[in-house]
Amino acid sequence: MTIFVPNSEDDISEIIKNASQSLTVIGGGTRGFVEPCDNVLKTNGLSGIIDYQPGALTMIAKAGTPLDEINSQLAKQGQKLPFEPADYRAMLGLGDRSTIGGVFAANISGPRRIQVGAARDFLLGVRFVDGRGEILKSGGSVMKNVTGYDLVKLLAGSHGTLGVMTQLAFKVLPVSENEATLVLRAVDDHNAIQILTTAMNSPFDVSGAAHIPAKGETYLRLEGFKKSVSYRTEKLVEYLKTSGAVHILEDQDSKTLWSDIRDVKSFANETLDIWRLSVKPTSAADIVSAVGFEKYQYDWSGGLIWGAIATNKNPRPALSEFGGHATCVKGSSSIPKFQPQTASVARLSNEIRKKFDPRGILNTGLMA
Amino acid sequence: MEMPTPNQTVLDRKHELVKRLLAVLPRDAVIDHESETRAYECDALSAYRCPPMAVVLPRSTEEISKVLKICHEMRVPVVPRGAGTSLSGGAFPTADSVIIGVARMNAVLETDYANRFIRVQSGRTNLSVTGAVEADGFFYAPDPSSQLACAIAGNIAMNSGGAHCLKYGVTSNNLMGLTLVTMQGEVIEFGGPHLDAEGLDLLGLICGSEGQLGIVTEATLRILPKPEGARPVLIGFDSNETAGACVADIVKAGILPVAIEFMDGPCIQATENYSSAGYPDCDALLIVEVEGSETEISEQLEKIINIAQRHKPVELRAAEDEDQAQRIWLGRKSAFGAMGQLNDYMCLDGTIPVTQLPYVLKRMNELSKEFGLDVGNVFHAGDGNLHPLILYDANKPGDLQTCEAFGAEILKLCVEVGGCLTGEHGVGIEKRDLMPIQFGPSDLEAQMQIKDVFDPLWLMNPAKVFPLESSAERRNATTLMAGSAR
Repeated sequence: MTIFVPNSEDDISEIIKNASQSLTVIGGGTRGFVEPCDNVLKTNGLSGIIDYQPGALTMIAKAGTPLDEINSQLAKQGQKLPFEPADYRAMLGLGDRSTIGGVFAANISGPRRIQVGAARDFLLGVRFVDGRGEILKSGGSVMKNVTGYDLVKLLAGSHGTLGVMTQLAFKVLPVSENEATLVLRAVDDHNAIQILTTAMNSPFDVSGAAHIPAKGETYLRLEGFKKSVSYRTEKLVEYLKTSGAVHILEDQDSKTLWSDIRDVKSFANETLDIWRLSVKPTSAADIVSAVGFEKYQYDWSGGLIWGAIATNKNPRPALSEFGGHATCVKGSSSIPKFQPQTASVARLSNEIRKKFDPRGILNTGLMA
Repeated sequence: MEMPTPNQTVLDRKHELVKRLLAVLPRDAVIDHESETRAYECDALSAYRCPPMAVVLPRSTEEISKVLKICHEMRVPVVPRGAGTSLSGGAFPTADSVIIGVARMNAVLETDYANRFIRVQSGRTNLSVTGAVEADGFFYAPDPSSQLACAIAGNIAMNSGGAHCLKYGVTSNNLMGLTLVTMQGEVIEFGGPHLDAEGLDLLGLICGSEGQLGIVTEATLRILPKPEGARPVLIGFDSNETAGACVADIVKAGILPVAIEFMDGPCIQATENYSSAGYPDCDALLIVEVEGSETEISEQLEKIINIAQRHKPVELRAAEDEDQAQRIWLGRKSAFGAMGQLNDYMCLDGTIPVTQLPYVLKRMNELSKEFGLDVGNVFHAGDGNLHPLILYDANKPGDLQTCEAFGAEILKLCVEVGGCLTGEHGVGIEKRDLMPIQFGPSDLEAQMQIKDVFDPLWLMNPAKVFPLESSAERRNATTLMAGSAR
């Protein structure tokens, strides 16, 4: 195996131009999507924060910068990555450090995605080297930018199949002064989803809405200034007209709960295959029973299902009547990791990929 | 501003084209008489005018698909049009083109509160999307100034923003799915009521592609529950620098206002003369709006006022009730009209890093003296999206050209300080030839190859976004084919 660890865009360009076979493009390798082939290109050599403007809520960093380094620099200024990127290492049994490039390449978001948007919504600009070795850029470092086509969105979630991202500009937000979580008991999954979607219809700015069936608990998170959080907590309880027991988690207890939900901690050391389904929230409970997951949890008010199921069982046929998509995050079966697209969308995606990577050498076959 | 010479072969086949269009559309959906096509000769960038060869106003996705198949077969360029409110010439036609307008497609197809989305036909106006859900306590967040008139189709084409996108994001952050008809007439669905793409994010790519990849006929949009209330505070300063510093401090303090609007001296004066909103006589003015319950609003306003006091404002006025709130917004909302009363104006749309505000405004005033044209600024300060309004006299020979040259210098300045040419209006024809300031030839090539995938013949809105010489080879190849297709 040859492992390349380039430390400049020019080096990446050279490596790609000279490549005669497939290259596995990898950040920290903490997401489990790519399996290394004979040639591996690691982005760790491109590391460091280039510019951070707390007053403008923007940061520019090289793609291989460790996520923990980004988070600690942001924390010093009381800011955060708003989309709350999850950490899958415990769930997948992987070590190493996640990189900011990997977070955006896989479009990894956490519970707050339903309130503020996904990783892709916070990516402002990107520099990358495509499959021909061309050094390209799109977007910029400002919050509003409609100059030319939005290749930034195209690169976010492209899993290295269009190019190797080298530098990213992204938007950040202030950390909330305070947070609290309402803990409720639902009678069943349908009831839980109903509580979650009702809460999302309230004007109280819910920033997390999850249900863990194994514990029989339903969670709603509120964040903001202290007075505002306590006001909204009270109002939300009234609004939900709930008869079930309500208790409230505050500060660190609330934080720990949501990082466990975000990282799907209950799936740590899981031996079954792990799937991630993005669905219409009100269909979630029916989908879970149609698929027959052995273990599962709901986030995004039901819109995100994490499910564990025996190897070679494919949840997609059961999903098809409801809509949405299923990604295999951990599994050894031959089922494609990504949901097959409709013929027209697949054709467009493949043609776009061919333009950026005509030889098909970047993470070959991963998304095709 | 140049446009390609109309293709004579296409013009010669107008009669045949109209006949074929009438075979698939009702009589009232095809406009081909010169007296009527003139109504479509421009959009809101009214400095440029050219009537199209024909206009069609279909009522369904199927009709649009049929029209596109005909145009594709006959190699006729098409120009998609929402409500025609583009400030960058996005819907500006050429003499050999067919305008495909979606104005008659304005139905609400599905409203789903539990899953927080609405599905509409793309000709529906922005404000009427909110209108369809507000009785039930919901709203659609992106709010371009033209929201009363502008269509969702155009919002998607330009990835429109608005004053409140500081908190809620722009169109692409609120768009969940769409139906696209390609130049070949193929109908394709992207996204839906679930989140994120299953593969490449083509939904994100199509949003903001300025009607060059296909015609959007339906859209699934995120709707949000309305906040309990909202209230603005008006803060006047004696310099742009101080106002700029105050914006940065508010943002850093962890307060997330829904809007931070900025007006400079020339704009304040013009507005005050025009609308008598009661604005203070000062050099820079901020309107900061916060949302929530009464208690939450008071808490946030208190924090903002504390920050503002540190910068020694010359005026500080928090709205106590709805009436006062409306008076504060009155001037801001009539600013464009006020400037228009002084003279013709060109509205620019560059974005800069918020931290560069004072420098850019100072430099803009210097340029104003150099070019001899006045400029007023009213813009979304929270996200650095500038709207310089350059005043000129359309009847004075050479004034438009001077204005364009001045505008180009301002946009170069925006890019120099780390910003971009356009924050929410789009490139269109207006900023097309400035694209090389921001992008290298290979960056533009990478974007054009996306168009190659969706529209290999470059028939859809072809002479926009990319500098004419960059796209010439691609466009000319089709022009030659149109000749031989005869």
